[in-house]
Amino acid sequence: MLARDLRAAVGDTPLVGLPALSPPGYELYVKLEGHNPTGSVKDRVAKYLLEDAERAGLLHPGSRILEPTSGNTGIALAALCAPRGYKLSCVMPENTSVERRRLLELYSVDIIPSPAAEGSNGAVRMAREIADADPDVYLPFQYGNAANPRAHYETTGPEILRDLPDVAAVVAGLGTGGTLTGVGRRLKEHDPAAKVFAAEPEYGELVYGLRNLDEGFVPPVLDTSVLDGRIKVDSLAALTETRRLATEEGIFAGISTGAALAVALRVCNPRRLAEGSKVVVVSPDGGWKYLSTGAYAAGNLEQIAASLAETVWA
Amino acid sequence: MPIEVRVPTVLRKHTAGEKTLSGSGSTVRELVEDLEGRNPGLRQSLVGDDGQLHRFVNVYVNDEDVRYLGGIETPLSDGDSVSILPAVAGG
Repeated sequence: MLARDLRAAVGDTPLVGLPALSPPGYELYVKLEGHNPTGSVKDRVAKYLLEDAERAGLLHPGSRILEPTSGNTGIALAALCAPRGYKLSCVMPENTSVERRRLLELYSVDIIPSPAAEGSNGAVRMAREIADADPDVYLPFQYGNAANPRAHYETTGPEILRDLPDVAAVVAGLGTGGTLTGVGRRLKEHDPAAKVFAAEPEYGELVYGLRNLDEGFVPPVLDTSVLDGRIKVDSLAALTETRRLATEEGIFAGISTGAALAVALRVCNPRRLAEGSKVVVVSPDGGWKYLSTGAYAAGNLEQIAASLAETVWA
Repeated sequence: MPIEVRVPTVLRKHTAGEKTLSGSGSTVRELVEDLEGRNPGLRQSLVGDDGQLHRFVNVYVNDEDVRYLGGIETPLSDGDSVSILPAVAGG
């Protein structure tokens, strides 16, 4: 595969069968978005966000960009901004993995830490405040930018349908809602009976903190009408499935992948999906950026999961 | 067997600090009414004037968001586990 530049290398990721993990009567596949240039599904989103802004004449060499992110979007934007001469700042919760910060540092990204106790909601709040006070900075805002789901509607979804036209269901993690909305719309246009399930990370109490319920955040790009179910997965269940993916299928994935796999295994049930159904799990990233969290270390899995629960892993 | 309800930190001011409550009801609405009797103020934090769950509150029955089941009328069975969580983004 020849790509003229990094942008052209985004997408077209492998869809890999999971024969050992598929429940009897079902076929599971995982779409390995970790194979994108910066190692996550967010390369697709970053490419669309930047190209959209460029078409609108909003970006020029030297332009400053600010984005709230739990990490992957920031890394993806950083890699695509570097050759274009855009200066990137990222607002990121202080309890994300050290690998994410190191990668952003490599790209000379200005990292603005947001309070751990506010999670991604806090990063969103801070980024909005900074952008409101600084009209020269461009805020792509993945949570509210239609280019985010469109990246998946135009690329991730069609790739899945090209490789597996008779896919019955897709499971993806719920972060911004971009993957679920974009892939879900494309899938349901192709087959209105197809199902879309969201795997929602359930964190420890520190991440939810003391925020008021009326200060919650539902990303504007999330179109809940395409969802057939939303199932929460705690750190232990996510980690357990992430590890099984490695030990039984040889696939080294990030923790959100395990969460999505747990949901896929749950919906492979005749009450929800006919026997014979093919189910695609979208793996947003590989495991590299989580090594320092101890997620893959030897030791008591419950203890590891408990410490992981206070880190933003999706 | 009662229904176990996990309450987030922010709502424990209504539950005398209890992390887990136990209640009964054949729907989520009935469960909330039952809990309100012993934990005044809880209902108002969960349910709006329109009788539906607040937008930024997620209620799960056996880990599934009730918005995709039957909303506040989602049926409950003895032994179900219910959790309440604030809406959180990722990305």
